[in-house]
Amino acid sequence: MSPLQVIFILVSAITLGAALMVVTTRNMVRAALWLVLTLFGVAILFVLLEAGFFAVAQVIIYIGAIAILMIFAIMLTRRIAHDPGPQINATWPIAAVIALVVFGLIVFFVQGWGKAASQPAPFPAGFDPLRELGVALVSANQYLIPFEIASILLLAALIGAIVIAWDKK
Amino acid sequence: MADPVTFIGQWLESILVGWGLSSAWISVIMGALGVLVLGGGVLLVDIFLVWVERKVVARFQDRLGPNRLGPFGLFQPIADVIKLLLKENITPQGADKFVYNLAPILALATVIILWAVIPLSVTVVGSTINVGALYIVAVGAIGTLAIIMAGWASNNKYALLGAFRMVAQMISYEVPMVIAILIPVILAKSMSLADIVASQSVWYIVLAPIAAVVFLIGAQAELGRAPFDLSEAESEIVAGFHIEYTGMKFGLFYAGELLHALTFGGLFATFFLGGWRGWGAETYPILGIGYFFVKAMFMYWVIMWIKYSFPRVRIDQMLNFCWKFLTPLILTVLSITAILDKLMSGVPYWIYVLVMLFSNLVILYFVYQAVGRYARKERQKVADPEKVQVNFRVRSSTPSQAS
Amino acid sequence: MIPLSWYLIFAAALFCIGLFGVLSRRNAVAILMGVELMLNAVNVNLLAFWRYLTFEKMAGQVFAVIVFAVAASEVAVGLALVISVYRRRQSIVADDINLLKY
Repeated sequence: MSPLQVIFILVSAITLGAALMVVTTRNMVRAALWLVLTLFGVAILFVLLEAGFFAVAQVIIYIGAIAILMIFAIMLTRRIAHDPGPQINATWPIAAVIALVVFGLIVFFVQGWGKAASQPAPFPAGFDPLRELGVALVSANQYLIPFEIASILLLAALIGAIVIAWDKK
Repeated sequence: MADPVTFIGQWLESILVGWGLSSAWISVIMGALGVLVLGGGVLLVDIFLVWVERKVVARFQDRLGPNRLGPFGLFQPIADVIKLLLKENITPQGADKFVYNLAPILALATVIILWAVIPLSVTVVGSTINVGALYIVAVGAIGTLAIIMAGWASNNKYALLGAFRMVAQMISYEVPMVIAILIPVILAKSMSLADIVASQSVWYIVLAPIAAVVFLIGAQAELGRAPFDLSEAESEIVAGFHIEYTGMKFGLFYAGELLHALTFGGLFATFFLGGWRGWGAETYPILGIGYFFVKAMFMYWVIMWIKYSFPRVRIDQMLNFCWKFLTPLILTVLSITAILDKLMSGVPYWIYVLVMLFSNLVILYFVYQAVGRYARKERQKVADPEKVQVNFRVRSSTPSQAS
Repeated sequence: MIPLSWYLIFAAALFCIGLFGVLSRRNAVAILMGVELMLNAVNVNLLAFWRYLTFEKMAGQVFAVIVFAVAASEVAVGLALVISVYRRRQSIVADDINLLKY
């Protein structure tokens, strides 16, 4: 068991446990904090995948913005009486069965796939994935157009969120 | 003994190899040792910072500061720590215990882990990740989470309000601060802090003074220090998000705040003042550590100087200033720096430096004109005597009405 | 070291936990949290495939960047909608938002 495998098993166990707590806990703010732990675990996995940029981007975007936005939304939409009521649908057994079936199917297909046990090839010397990503995002013959469209999407979301949440008093 | 840190590190590693461990486990153990040493060292400096803060604020306020305990009051922080440890730990009723206790730990931890990427000398750096500048932003984002946790878990309206205001201020000022960090990244062509320091043959404060000032303002707001200390406004909402914290938990918040200030001083020194660079720092790395701490302490003193000289600003003034002035300004500087950097690819370095400096001065001139016009308009709004509306109501002549 | 299948199974598990959250929670914000879990699982999957199979081509990484951007914008608009609904109906239980039913 190499140290990397130990780290992976530990981190993935904590992340999946936290994700389970997110979907089952009744207290919404606690759920948001468990979500932060899940997102942090995923960031550590990105580091293990040698995608360091994505690890820090995950922390900045998800934990630093999205999780805080969710906490604000939860705090702004609580009723005065602290009675959350049943937080889970009456049809939750069907949902659990669907989730388990989907998981089983994916695992079955992964195990039957030839390349499932592949190991990562080391990067060739001088290969900097960060630099290549930067070049790919702004090269006209690579991914410039999706990049620009994503920025327009963010602008539209920004304007949309402001307009929707505007308090027309 | 030019490089004691590397010397000790290699000696320890040779011991571990002698015990016959595999190289993977050796790197893990050395990494853990490095974490302990760096974290412990930073916390020890933190205790010293309490003394520095109280002496400096005293001198700014024309008094002496603590001078009874030990020579020049140097043992005062130890007395402070003992006092905080002996205080009663009160948990407010209805507070979420786990989150309540986690918040100060997280607040201090996010400051300590910032030191992992700051290069202390040419050979001493915690971790040379190639996204160091982005890592700093990410850790700042976790810091805002700690504040929300503290505010919410205290089960106190004032704490929650203080936490909301503080978080709004922090995430607003993160935007110009991040863009100001991008400018040294463009100039150094790398996000790794070690590379940024290594390419500062001319300090970046000369190449990008506006970015340096915007970073300083953003740092002042991130730290929650005056003039941006809405959340700690003692006369308004008592102590903001750490109202309900007593004893050592408050001590963690307080120490975290001071250490955060020194860390931002260190970051300013790394990005704009050349980090560990100085005379002879490449051949004698121990000198590099010394230069770095001198620069970091100097910037910490500048941050304190700003704090103890300015009055507080209102939250709407603060947010207006951020979104309507700082963000467009720093975006303009970023665009012009990027364009000039691309246009001057093959140009000798001294011309590059002068052109960058000149462009910054030109932008500063235009900003000065625009701000002057705005200030004149604001002054006219306040200064012109308003015509007083006097409503004469003509009463009908019924004398029985008491008027 | 770590075979690719471990990452894929982890991503599948995270996705299914998110799926369970979306299908079985009543609070609208909790449903959005489930969606976030699913998007994170997708990101892990994309980056695992990028690293293990085609790390010279940047398609996997660019896809993951776009997923980041889309997730952020979707959460922003979704939470704005939730707050707006809460102002009108004083409730964000998904079952209560049924004015267009039948």
